[in-house]
Amino acid sequence: MEDKKRNEAYNQYVSAKIPKTHAWPALFNSFWVGGLICVIGQGINDLLLLAFPMLSQQSAWALTLIALIFIASFLTGIGVYDQIGKFAGGGSIVPITGFSNSIASPSIEFKSEGIVYGICVKMFTIAGPVIVFGVASSMVVGLIYWIISLF
Amino acid sequence: MAETIKLKKQPKIIGSYSIVGPKEGKGNFGEYFDYVMKNDFFGEKTFEKAERKMLENAITGVIQNAKLQTKDIDIMIAGDLLNQIISSSYAARVFNFPFLGVYGACSTMAESIGVASILVDGGYSKNVVCCTGSHFSTAERQYRFPLELGNQRPPTSQWTVTGAGSCVISLEGEGPRITMVTFGKVVDWGINDVNNMGGAMAPAARETMLNHFRNTKTGPDDYDLILTGDLGKLGSEILIDLMEDEGITLGSNYGDCGQMYFKRSQQTLCGASGAGCCATVFNSFIIKKLQEKKYKRILFMPTGALLSTTSTQQGDTIPCTCHAIVIEA
Repeated sequence: MEDKKRNEAYNQYVSAKIPKTHAWPALFNSFWVGGLICVIGQGINDLLLLAFPMLSQQSAWALTLIALIFIASFLTGIGVYDQIGKFAGGGSIVPITGFSNSIASPSIEFKSEGIVYGICVKMFTIAGPVIVFGVASSMVVGLIYWIISLF
Repeated sequence: MAETIKLKKQPKIIGSYSIVGPKEGKGNFGEYFDYVMKNDFFGEKTFEKAERKMLENAITGVIQNAKLQTKDIDIMIAGDLLNQIISSSYAARVFNFPFLGVYGACSTMAESIGVASILVDGGYSKNVVCCTGSHFSTAERQYRFPLELGNQRPPTSQWTVTGAGSCVISLEGEGPRITMVTFGKVVDWGINDVNNMGGAMAPAARETMLNHFRNTKTGPDDYDLILTGDLGKLGSEILIDLMEDEGITLGSNYGDCGQMYFKRSQQTLCGASGAGCCATVFNSFIIKKLQEKKYKRILFMPTGALLSTTSTQQGDTIPCTCHAIVIEA
């Protein structure tokens, strides 16, 4: 009982002493880098439509995503994306490029354990939950959509 | 009761060796290390193999430094941070002497020196090698995230040192003497934030320090230097506060290897950590200063966090320990 009290007091003391992240500069960097990634995406999309007028908007979107994923994986491979992430935080994690980085980085890391047990198994250690929640929530939304469409 | 062992014959540290990575070589202790690697791979295919090679080199280096040959070594006591302490065991595989694996996380250096000096003091072994190391990239991958993942490190986090340190304990030869050993209890004050090791380990340092001072009837002023391992910036500040609550003032003769290890421009937030942190500082800077008689009596007490990724994921708090040894010039 006394231990519990001491631990609680100690935890309170430590959390008060922990150096805090400066929220505003972090948010600012996050905002402009995240925004820049989106602008690049929009730019690729517009250039595609300009260069290939036959292309439908749907196909241009798909090609834009592929291009962004490729760029992010490439930057991960040459060791640049983690530097961007260190600076921008959420700004480079939230866009699809962050998702690409979260799959490419464990693939590089666990190459030493072989293709099957290393790369293929470990590839989704970080992105896995995102995919699971993505699929699960889309099922829930789909169900709600179906129920509404009945009336 | 935690006893302090007073060594009757006072074994000596007759050789020491340190090897570090390039980032560590640029740190505050850079000029004192015996060997600075050009890159983290050390000519190997994986970081784990590089860590192993680092330990092998540290063992070979220290035997040479002590002017001994491999056949003169009776036993080696070593440990590291990887699961099943593979770096130490695999390093021991290439040598032809018995091996005792120990694990005290970042306190392993003091633990192995403690056990070694008891073996030597008791007359059971003549020359004992102690070796400990860690590698930033293997530790990151075991405990945290892939290296290339673009995430931010929390402000309390510390940087695992790539490096290995080793020493030879013996009764014959010249060198600083080990006079006392206080092994630590396992202490847990309920911190479960794995990014705040300093906060988790400080109570363990407090416990061992109090026990040591009580048992030996000494205080901070009786030592030229009191050195903790890798409490870091935050943890060492917490320890100073905790000791103040006990009426003991840690003044300018108190230091922490982790806090001092890197330069501020190297952006390691709360400082260095890892088994290699205090091992490389102790087996370079500290031993040299003792040999030069700049320091006469040092209390060396690194702490270790005895957690695993499984215990963390199951929401457990972090148990920690701290072993203290006294070295006199």
